[in-house]
Amino acid sequence: MKRYCWSLNNKCNWILFSFVWWCARSVAADTTVHSAYNMTRGATELSHKVYNLHMIIFYICCVIGAIVFGLMFWSIVHHRKVKGTAPAQFHGSLKIEIIWTAIPVLILIAMAIPATKTLVAMEDASKADMTVLVTGSQWKWHYKYMEYPIEFYSLLSTPRDQIENNAVKDALYLREVDKPLVLPAGKKIRFLVTADDVIHSWWVPDFAIKKDANPGFINETWAKIDNPGIYRGQCAELCGKDHGFMPIVVDVKTPEAFEQWVAEKIAEQEKAKAAEAARGLMTREELMELGQKTYESRCAVCHQPGGEGLPGAFPALKGSAIVTKNKPAHLHIVLFGKPATAMQAFGKQLTAAELAAVITYERNAWGNNTGDLVQIADINAVLSAGE
Amino acid sequence: MNQENIQPIDSTAPHHHDQVDDHKPRGISRWLYTTNHKDIGTLYLLFSLLMLFTGGSMAMVIRAELFQPGLQFVDPHFFNQMTTVHGLVMVFGAIMPAFVGLANWMVPLMIGAPDMALPRMNNWSFWLLPCAFTILLSTLFMEGGAPAAGWTFYVPLSTTYSNDSTAFFVFAVHLMGISSIMGAMNIIVTIFNLRAPGMTWMKLPLFVWTWIITAFLLIAVMPVLAGVVTMVLTDKYFGTSFFNAAGGGDPVMFQHIFWFFGHPEVYIMILPAFGIISSIVPAFARKPLFGYESMVIATASIAFLSFIVWAHHMFTTGMPVAAELFFMYTTMLIAVPTGVKVFNWVATMWRGAMTFETPMMFAIAFIVLFTIGGFSGLMLAITPADFQYQDTYFVVAHFHYVLVTGALFGIIAGVYFWIPKWTGVMYSERLGQCHFWCSLVSVNMLFFPMHFVGLAGMPRRIPDYALQFADMNAFISIGGFLFGLSQLLFVAMVFRCIRRKGEKASAQVWEGAEGLEWQIPSPAPYHTFQIPPDIKSGH
Repeated sequence: MKRYCWSLNNKCNWILFSFVWWCARSVAADTTVHSAYNMTRGATELSHKVYNLHMIIFYICCVIGAIVFGLMFWSIVHHRKVKGTAPAQFHGSLKIEIIWTAIPVLILIAMAIPATKTLVAMEDASKADMTVLVTGSQWKWHYKYMEYPIEFYSLLSTPRDQIENNAVKDALYLREVDKPLVLPAGKKIRFLVTADDVIHSWWVPDFAIKKDANPGFINETWAKIDNPGIYRGQCAELCGKDHGFMPIVVDVKTPEAFEQWVAEKIAEQEKAKAAEAARGLMTREELMELGQKTYESRCAVCHQPGGEGLPGAFPALKGSAIVTKNKPAHLHIVLFGKPATAMQAFGKQLTAAELAAVITYERNAWGNNTGDLVQIADINAVLSAGE
Repeated sequence: MNQENIQPIDSTAPHHHDQVDDHKPRGISRWLYTTNHKDIGTLYLLFSLLMLFTGGSMAMVIRAELFQPGLQFVDPHFFNQMTTVHGLVMVFGAIMPAFVGLANWMVPLMIGAPDMALPRMNNWSFWLLPCAFTILLSTLFMEGGAPAAGWTFYVPLSTTYSNDSTAFFVFAVHLMGISSIMGAMNIIVTIFNLRAPGMTWMKLPLFVWTWIITAFLLIAVMPVLAGVVTMVLTDKYFGTSFFNAAGGGDPVMFQHIFWFFGHPEVYIMILPAFGIISSIVPAFARKPLFGYESMVIATASIAFLSFIVWAHHMFTTGMPVAAELFFMYTTMLIAVPTGVKVFNWVATMWRGAMTFETPMMFAIAFIVLFTIGGFSGLMLAITPADFQYQDTYFVVAHFHYVLVTGALFGIIAGVYFWIPKWTGVMYSERLGQCHFWCSLVSVNMLFFPMHFVGLAGMPRRIPDYALQFADMNAFISIGGFLFGLSQLLFVAMVFRCIRRKGEKASAQVWEGAEGLEWQIPSPAPYHTFQIPPDIKSGH
């Protein structure tokens, strides 16, 4: 009888052990870059180190858990009242207490050494090849290349219809943006991270980078990305209503392709600037069409597609006194924002044509029939007069 | 015999209770004016049950919205209100009052005191809570809704970018803080002054020890919380710039102050559970607790360490590397005393004569599942890996393992353990076991897969997510609904006992239970230990 119990117990232990091993292996065996169950190995040397630290500490926990829970369940199976044995009465042992205090301390020291090395390497952003200033604002990212005259906003490009379940969601649902951050592979890139309004956090798992974007302060981090490719992440710090709709896409190109992209981007920016300067009066139809597009991508998240706002949080534009009556105030608030509120200064975010169009749209949509048209020249006049 | 004649109100002699009972008013005024530690304990426990279901229904809204990708039921702003208020209600309304309720009921019985030391203050500290939560929950019906900046209310989202619910929230937190501080003072004064003769410090039950340490933590950090919410209030309404860089402040300083409160707060919510488990395991193993002294030392060490680890919540805020290393090392160190506690519980079971009634089942589940939460906590301590874990569902999984299968399971185990003493009837063991198994399975369906979605890259506090997380979230939501439903069994069990349905309980209740609370009749008379009991030896 006794022997039978032992063999059964060995079998149980064996099954338990195999199960734990299988779980651990199936998590670890997934060596592809993206697992649905585990941390990514990522695309940088440091992200590989972080992944290894994660797996080592995970295995240590598995082993300790298997031993402690194994002993506990062995005791639960064998030391039951129904077995009829009298309970032992021992209640302490200084020797054992010292042993099970000392062993965890040694394990922790062994773990702290590689963790310290990796951390020190991660925090050394010196000797970078190029620098990008990353600025979070509700709910978009702004990228400014410090070495090149390039800067742009990067917004979620998933259509509203998909979010509201009126259209089939595509494979990159909520993970796609209009303009990705473009970077060269194999270069040490320093990121300066800050925010315009609330705290955001710039997180790209493949680079093992998550850095808070604090308004008024600049954080620093870096990555040297091994291979070209598309890498995706998103904002990781609750930043208000659309926190979940603030993805990050990084398009890593070979250094040659990156240089080419820089040249094209600069040319494109200058061409757009020249085209806008040359543009004369816009028709009502042009303004309303561009205005609606701009409103839906920039304004509707707060003021809502129908202009009714969210009472108590974001004011309505439909029937608003500023929008329907006070045109200079309307221009001023859109261009320069409203301090101490969520209303941003769009003067530096949009082109003059977009600004003219969106203000025209707000003054004429949803029954705000002012009949006003705002032109590029009006915008430029207010902008050059300044705040 | 002679002594009884001199002391006619000796409550341990059953035939005198009826006279004493008559002193309490009837109806609602009994509960409004009560200064009796048992009544106030009951009020705390019932209030926390109500809040558990209030916060729980908000969790159900969250899980319903996350069942599928896309926005189905609520808009993102309301979703943020749900996550925020769920957290506040569960922390300040469900877990903390439940422990204060257990302390009110059990500490006087365990140390042989006639009541709490400051009974009128006890009444006030309870009745502040319904006021505080009425104020907090009323903001859900305000224009612009309830606070939506997360239960951690990071600035400037909770100041410049919030609606006026902030003011209500701050006032509610002040009331909760006053209530907690008064409760903690009461517990400290009671334990220091009202121990029965012979009840020396090292004879105190572990639950009393863990609570006295918890009470000191509360007194130390609740004023810090009061300070930080006041700074939020003045930043928002009175033009100060504590946390505003434009005025010379720093938004990250908010996080330092908040987590200087917040991390000890985590231990406030778990240490009393350690005490409950340390009462239950020896009772059902029929064997004394292993390593009593080391348990006390470990609890005190955890409490001390809790003051020097706070910035591990803030590894991504951009701290100097020396600070990151300091907080990584101190945080890893917490694993040592916590490990000692787990080892001691296992050693207590070792070579015992165990039975597995519901309290023991919940206690065993606590040990295993809390330890899983401890393991993920250790992983989170590794700063470079924390950069990947921070603000993902891995963190959500971690703190729900320590707070739901840790603190909440500890409370539930305690309720099953002591409810025969409170009501005088045994709970239905069948119902209890059913509640246990349903909870165990569903809670793991709910929280275990969160580790995986977190590691795979899903941030917390988002109302909508990318498609690769869809299957896992549907599964998690089903676990969530089942866990919510399972708790109805708990309510059924509690109300059966309150309505005295069930077998009559003996004074001893549990064969292996030791301590003063098992020497008085079940149900515990309205007044107990008006004559201090005689403590002989051992504990």
